[in-house]
Amino acid sequence: MKQSVIDPLNNTVDDPTRPTELVLGGQSYTTITETVADIALEQKTPKAWYVAFAFFASLTGVLFLMIGYLIVTGVGVWGLNNPVSWGWAIVNFVFWVGIGHAGTLISAILFLLRQKWRTSINRFAEAMTIFAVVCAGLFPAIHVGRIWLVHWLFPIPNYQAMWPNFRSPLLWDVFAVGTYALVSLLFWYTGMVPDLATLRDRAKGRVRQIIYGTLAIGWRGSHRHWHRYEKAYLLLAGLATPLVLSVHSVVSFDFATSQLPGWHTSIFPPYFVAGAVFSGFAMVGTVLIPARQWFGLKHLITLHHLDNMNKIILATGSIVGFAYATEFFIAWYGGNPYESFAFVNRAFGPYAWAYWTMVTCNVVTPQLFWFKKIRTNIKVMWVMYIFVNIGMWFERFVITVTSLSRDFLPSSWAYYKPTLIDILTFVGSFGLFFTLFLLFVRFLPVIAMAEVKTVMPIADLAGDENRPAGDYHGDIHPKRRKGDK
Amino acid sequence: MKADAETLYGMIVEFEDVPLLMTAVSKCRDFGFTKWDVHTPFPLHGMDRAMGIKPTRLPYLVLGGGLMGLAAGTAMQLWMNAIDYPLNISGKPLFGIPANIPVMFELTVLVSALTVFFGMWSMNGLPRLYHPLFKSRRFRRATQDRFFIVIEAVDPKFELEETRKFLASLGGNVIEEVTENPED
Repeated sequence: MKQSVIDPLNNTVDDPTRPTELVLGGQSYTTITETVADIALEQKTPKAWYVAFAFFASLTGVLFLMIGYLIVTGVGVWGLNNPVSWGWAIVNFVFWVGIGHAGTLISAILFLLRQKWRTSINRFAEAMTIFAVVCAGLFPAIHVGRIWLVHWLFPIPNYQAMWPNFRSPLLWDVFAVGTYALVSLLFWYTGMVPDLATLRDRAKGRVRQIIYGTLAIGWRGSHRHWHRYEKAYLLLAGLATPLVLSVHSVVSFDFATSQLPGWHTSIFPPYFVAGAVFSGFAMVGTVLIPARQWFGLKHLITLHHLDNMNKIILATGSIVGFAYATEFFIAWYGGNPYESFAFVNRAFGPYAWAYWTMVTCNVVTPQLFWFKKIRTNIKVMWVMYIFVNIGMWFERFVITVTSLSRDFLPSSWAYYKPTLIDILTFVGSFGLFFTLFLLFVRFLPVIAMAEVKTVMPIADLAGDENRPAGDYHGDIHPKRRKGDK
Repeated sequence: MKADAETLYGMIVEFEDVPLLMTAVSKCRDFGFTKWDVHTPFPLHGMDRAMGIKPTRLPYLVLGGGLMGLAAGTAMQLWMNAIDYPLNISGKPLFGIPANIPVMFELTVLVSALTVFFGMWSMNGLPRLYHPLFKSRRFRRATQDRFFIVIEAVDPKFELEETRKFLASLGGNVIEEVTENPED
């Protein structure tokens, strides 16, 4: 495919007569395998990795110190006060769960929609999902106060002969997030098994052979296995799709089913899901760009991929902006004085600074992605991702805190301020997230090799006639389609 | 490596080229082998047909798993909140369907996904950490960049010399015998 661009790694010029090449630089099955497997096996660990690992591992240490302090002292160490009984713990929980959604969107929804560009980034995104859910799961667990009674969240028979209340959205959360974490893990691992087998077969040292060999559970690329494997992958994608939409809907029920002005709105589920995808893509981008730079993956994670991600950020960011506007419209149109007060208070009350930070980052920033120059400029987009991450955290802060701090009764109003412990716990959760991520990029196959090989233009097989079969399902080999019987 | 016929596992032939492999696979199918397989670094479509593999029954298994999850989720909530420990909250029904849908849904998805995962691996006979094919150094490329056809020695149509000739006629690169217990 001839492209009228000078940069050989720029494939963002669309030629509608041909599918865009997703793997650049004349790669073969061999070179793809080498590029990806050598990151885990051969490449000398970059110095930057050690520096980053030391830094984030220390932050993780801070996180656990803070949790330890919280447990021995009590939730009084946080900035919670009487009306604001839900503070940063819930904000961080919603933030991290939301981040995870992009991973499942990429791995499941884009798979069902046969968006082949997902193959280069899905492993990253799925890993990110799992690490984000780990961070998310931490907060509800530690915010219960008496953490040694955290098992009461689950329907386990206990000495009180009492069961949890299934009509509570907080219990739905336990099931939704628990299912989400487990299914994401199964999906990620299932996708990784063939690549772990590749690592096993290339590993030189005994220890690595044993570790990768055990993780690969004896995968040997048998087509009788691939046959069931692909069906299983399709089924998992089909299951994960409604699941991911349900998770943030259920999280939004925590708010929406209450009576509090600003929370009690039916727009919450779709608006939360869109916001989750929006923030998640930004986080995928935040970690993907340095990784592709450091590990030399620019021909696999191409500008076309980033361009597509930015378009999704633009679309979901616009939905989020539209949802903000709709909330305001309904607050006015609904004629409920408490509801309209809650929204005027959001924009012009004591938390106006947070509100306008959120609007700037979430509504204004993504609109810049209408311009292709910006969508394809690595540095600019990375900065934009950071803005989106900040904005989406503030969205959860604004929703949670503004409604609580000024509810129905003015005499109980109070201003909420986080303590140092709050801040360090949150910062520490980033430490945990990035520590896990650094371990992932160092030791596991960061790109789904087997999947990428299915979308490659093979140099030595000229013409579409001989193009190897495309995606994981339904794409019949052109030669076979004509019938070999 | 000279193989003892009694411990022979099978014979493998290597391919580099997908179209050639596809033709070769169809020939093996038409020859009537039953204990044979194709090993590829990634799934190749049209291969099911070339090999004559029937659709898997996994989806039915998963449907069953999903229904079990749904039933378990419903029964659990009914038992816990309406029968064993009835909680009257704001006079709401003890067992109202809408309030129970999220957990019913989540458990349906959870049990289905677990069925997919464990069902698929066990139908594939995995985990199985040892396999005679792993003894072949050449075969390590099956997860990287080469394609292999494997004819097992237990196949009724397997004859050492005949099969070797047949495999040689397919146009692959190298034919290798794999034994059950080779000396390293």
